Order: sequence, then structure tokens, then C-alpha cells
Amino acid sequence: MAIWLTKDSKVIVQGMTGSEGSKHTRRMLAAGTNVVGGVNPRKAGTTVDFDGTELPVFASVADAMKDTGADVTVIFVPPQFTKAAVVEAIDAGIDLAVVITEGVPVHDTAAFWAYNRAQGERTRIIGPNCPGIASPGASNAGIIPADITGSGRIGLVSKSGTLTYQMMYELRDIGFSTCVGIGGDPIIGTTHIDALAAFEADPETDAIVMIGEIGGDAEERAAEFIKANVTKPVVGYIAGFTAPPGKTMGHAGAIISGSAGTADAKKAALEAVGVKVGKTPTETANLMREIMSGR
Amino acid sequence: MDLYEYQGRDLFERHGLPVLAGGVATTPEEARAIAERLGGRVVVKAQVKVGGRGKAGGVKLAEGAEETVARATDILGMDIKGHTVHKVMITVTADVAEEYYFSYLLDRANRTFLCIASVAGGMDIEQVAAETPERVVKAPIDANTGVDEAKAREIVTAAGFPAEIADQVVEVAVKLWQAFVAEDATLVEVNPLATTKDGKLLLLDAKVTLDENAGFRHPDHEALVDQASVDPLEQAAKAKDLNYVKLDGEVGIIGNGAGLVMSTLDVVAYAGERHGGVKPANFLDIGGGASAEVMANGLEIVLSDPSVKSVFVNVFGGITACDAVANGIVQALALLEQRGEKATKPLVVRLDGNNAEAGRAILDGAANPLIQRVDTMDGAAERAAELAAAGV
Repeated sequence: MAIWLTKDSKVIVQGMTGSEGSKHTRRMLAAGTNVVGGVNPRKAGTTVDFDGTELPVFASVADAMKDTGADVTVIFVPPQFTKAAVVEAIDAGIDLAVVITEGVPVHDTAAFWAYNRAQGERTRIIGPNCPGIASPGASNAGIIPADITGSGRIGLVSKSGTLTYQMMYELRDIGFSTCVGIGGDPIIGTTHIDALAAFEADPETDAIVMIGEIGGDAEERAAEFIKANVTKPVVGYIAGFTAPPGKTMGHAGAIISGSAGTADAKKAALEAVGVKVGKTPTETANLMREIMSGR
Repeated sequence: MDLYEYQGRDLFERHGLPVLAGGVATTPEEARAIAERLGGRVVVKAQVKVGGRGKAGGVKLAEGAEETVARATDILGMDIKGHTVHKVMITVTADVAEEYYFSYLLDRANRTFLCIASVAGGMDIEQVAAETPERVVKAPIDANTGVDEAKAREIVTAAGFPAEIADQVVEVAVKLWQAFVAEDATLVEVNPLATTKDGKLLLLDAKVTLDENAGFRHPDHEALVDQASVDPLEQAAKAKDLNYVKLDGEVGIIGNGAGLVMSTLDVVAYAGERHGGVKPANFLDIGGGASAEVMANGLEIVLSDPSVKSVFVNVFGGITACDAVANGIVQALALLEQRGEKATKPLVVRLDGNNAEAGRAILDGAANPLIQRVDTMDGAAERAAELAAAGV
């Protein structure tokens, strides 16, 4: 079953006719994703050939949904146009919008997130600045390479891109139900907590790997959530233990998070609720392997 | 990007907010010209992006042009917590009656913006928040509705600003929000927001952080980057569109993807503990789609750092194919040799993922004695640290 993305998901691509969009549409199709079309108002009514698969181009997300029954959109449009693209997806009432675009101004993300919240969060947004979501063997929405690992019973949620791939590779002997790259921007549509809740509820996931990074306090909040709500085993990894203090946050920033956002603080918070935290990706994978081999 | 106080002051002034008249000087002579223009008593403030400059002697009063020149001479070139003072801001003085606190910032946890206001300003706001949280108001701001007069009045009332200045604070709150949005800031902090003895409201300090992702909307923000304090290697890297941060160790690091590179720094630092305490010399992320050319540019930057004793290239081929990366490394070394900058430092390379076998074969085939292939991340880090320790 996996979370949020299954073999039955019908995927459209906003920005399919651009260079990144077309490259990754081809890769998603090759991975077995049911891509049903793309959106570009200037090329509406045309089709694009992807190695023998003709995909229609629609004027809007709403048109594409009406015609194809699409329930997932993957957004590859440039940062200048990302806010408008996400708002269009929200207005169309699509279930899942995966925002791959890197470099979106945080005021734009804050605006589309506030808009989504005002609409009752009908649309799940993943990203921006994320590699997307993959349910190995079923569907792949984004840029996560499809051939790293097969399907299995581990759920993975991560702020990072290549570090996600590394972890998938380390545990390819066991395999994954769903891997979600939530992105590392200051404001993101789907958090560690959202993914943890979904994995907890997913009968096809037995254990969860959570990858964090320095900055903010998302991992600390995830730890609180795990304590209260997650019964499945969770293994954690935090990147940036030895990173020097980054950009100084204003006084005000420290007040809100109540934490310096260091890797040590995050590790301590996770370990306090029983999450095993690895020092390196390999050690983290071994912690998970021990858990899975005991099942 | 964090702004200097004077840049923040200028930004506030441009948006019609009440600030003290002043200017910025890089030499005592420039300071003289500003003092003459302003006339009377002035305050000379060191411009550094670190707190505690007052205690360090970086803020001085001066009466007239001669004294201003003397104080500017003292402060320019001063070292404050490792930051050299290259500029001083000179403003007229204010007869301060009360000090308050006001800021807008990004609230990551709640995925919105936040206003923080307190009538207990001027001092350490974190301390105020910890000891007397009831004196600090935190109001979430919806990104789409923002701060209009009604919202501002709500905040001002909740924070308990005195009635006689409430209207002025409301006006400042609205204009400051407009500036926050118009400039794509992630933080505007005013501490203190002060009243003068004649009842006027003034923004006496400016801490501003701008969102670099919004640069495409603000071509003018580029000029705010302080070139003098940027590391020369970081500058060279930026010119080549590389995401590079200079650190103080001996093992050069090149990887793809910020998370993986950060993780690589950790793994190398742990390995370094077993090898004389060597550490990562830099952070360099060549990005997801690293080509041979990008690899060559990256290697050139890292190898040109004299403190680098060994280099660890850590690539997980996702979209990037490892054979392309391997070709990039081999071509980069050849290119450097052609340019007469033949590399002499050992390179430990770990390739995994997409086309890793082909990539490894290319490295082996090149038979370059500088290249050592280790196929696990932890093992490669260990080797790179060992080589760096031997080269120190």
C-alpha cells in the first residue's frame, strides 16, 4: 500500500515541457509511474512523445484532472513561477503536490502554505526543494532514482537528497515501502511528523528511518511526536555534527525554537524517546538491519 | 544574508521608518565628513556581525569632527571576537526615555511569520522571554493577510505599549511589515525601538536578514554582499557557481548534495580523531548533476587551498552517473597538469550508485598514482584522514 503514492496514483507534471520536467518525466515513466499528462498553458492541446508514450499537455491542473483523473502533480517550474503553480494545484483540489523546484523564496512558500491551510489543507504538499516521493516497485513522483532499491517494509523520511539515496542504497537488501524526501527549506509542506504519522498507520511499513539536518527544531518536535504516537521502531540519523555554527540567527529565532538547532541537541532529543541514532549513514543502516532481522 | 547595522538602517530609512540621521565610513576622513555634515554630538559604532561590540569598546560618543576622527581611528581595524572592523556607522545621538523590542521573523515550526514585541527592550530579549514570558508577545502573522492597522493595533495592545505612543508604534509596525515583505526579509529586528524624551519613536538598531533565494526579485541586494569579508577561495568558488565553504582543517571535501557533504564532514572528522586530529578543510557541494567540468572546477578550488593535505571525493550517483564523475576526475587532473598546476595531493575517491562499476573501472584504468579508490564512505574517510595526517 505504501503512503501517499501507490501504483494506482495518476501523476501529472507541471513544467513537463521544460528541460528538467521532460528529463524526469521520462525517468518516472521508465520507473513504471503512471504519468498521464503535463501542464503548460502555452502548449495546451499538443502531445509530447516520451519513447513511444504520447502524453497530452493541458492548459491547467484542473483541466488535466478532469480529463485524466490525475491525483498527483509533480512541479518542476522555475522558482519565479512556483508559487502560482502550487496555488493552481491547490485550487484544482489535487490530493498531492510534489514541489521539486529549488530556490523558492520563503515568502512565496509561506504564502502558498498559508493559502493551503486556509483551504483546509485538502492538498498534501511535499517540498519545495525536495527529491520527491518514491514507493519502490509501485510509483515514483520526483527525481529519486528508481533503481537504488526494491520494495520492502522500511519507511524513510529525509530532509536531504543524496543522503536519502545513500540510505536507500545501504538498506537495499531489505527494501522500502515509501521514501519521502521532504526537503530542507525553512518552510516545507510535509514534515517529519506528517510522514511518521503516515508510516505508523501504514500496514506495509514495519520500521522507520528518519534523516535530519542541523537548523530549526523539526527533529526535536518529531521526537515528542514519536514518544506520544509512534509504536513502530524508529532509527535516526542527523547530518552536521561537526559543521561550524552557521549563519547567526537573530535573538528572536532562538526564542522560538528554544534550541540552538545543533545536531547534538537533535540526537539527544531523539535518543531520549528511544530512537537509536547512528553516527554515520552506515552505522544507522546497521541499527535498522538489527531491528529488521529480529522481526 | 545578514546585513550590517548601517545597511539595515538604510533599508529602514528607504521604507519611511524613523531612524537617526547618519552615514557609514571606512576611513577616519570619511568619518570627519559625516561628523561635519551631522554637526554636534555623534555616536561612532563598529560595524561587525557579532554581538557585544559595546562591551568590546566598539561604540563611542564623540563631540565634533576632531573627536569623531579620533574615535573612528580607534575603532577601525579593531578586532571584536575575531571580526575585524572595516566600517563605522556614525549617527546623531538620541535622548532616550524608554526602550522596547519589536521584530518580524520566520517561524519555521509553525510554517508562518511571527511578530515578537515587548515593552522590555534594550536588553537581552532571550533573558526577558525566559524570566518573564508574560512580557513578550508572540503573534503569528498570516503571509497572505499580513499586518494592517487593525492587526498592528492588536499587537500593540497585547504587548502593553503606553497609550501616548500607541499610534506611533502601530504606524511603525505596519511600515516595518511592508519593508519585511517588500525586501523578502526573513528577519527584521529592532532592539531597541526607543522613545525620546520629547515623545518621538525611533528605530535605534537594525538587524536584518534577507532571503538569498529571492535575489531574482532584488538585483539591488547583490550590492549588499560584503566582498571584503568573503574568503578569497569562497569568492572564486562563487564565481564558478560552486557551493563552497572554507573550514579550518586539512582534508579537502568534494561531494554531491548538501546533506551527503555535511555527512561526509562528520565522517571525516570522526576518522580524524584517530589520525592526529585532522579535520575537513572545506564544504563543497558540486550538486546533483555534476559534470566533468564542474568536477574540474571543484578540484581546482580545493587543491588551491594550501592547508589541504588530502582530498576526499564522495559521490553517490543518483541522477549523476558515476562514470561521468570518474571521467571528470581524470580529466580534471589532466587539465590542471596542462595549466602547469600539476596536482600533488592524494585523492581518495568513493563512488557508489548509478554506474558505479563503470566509474570505478575508469579510475582504475587511469592508473594515476594520486587516485586511491575506496568503496565505502567510512573506509574512504579513514584513508583520507590517514593521508592528511601523514602529509601534515
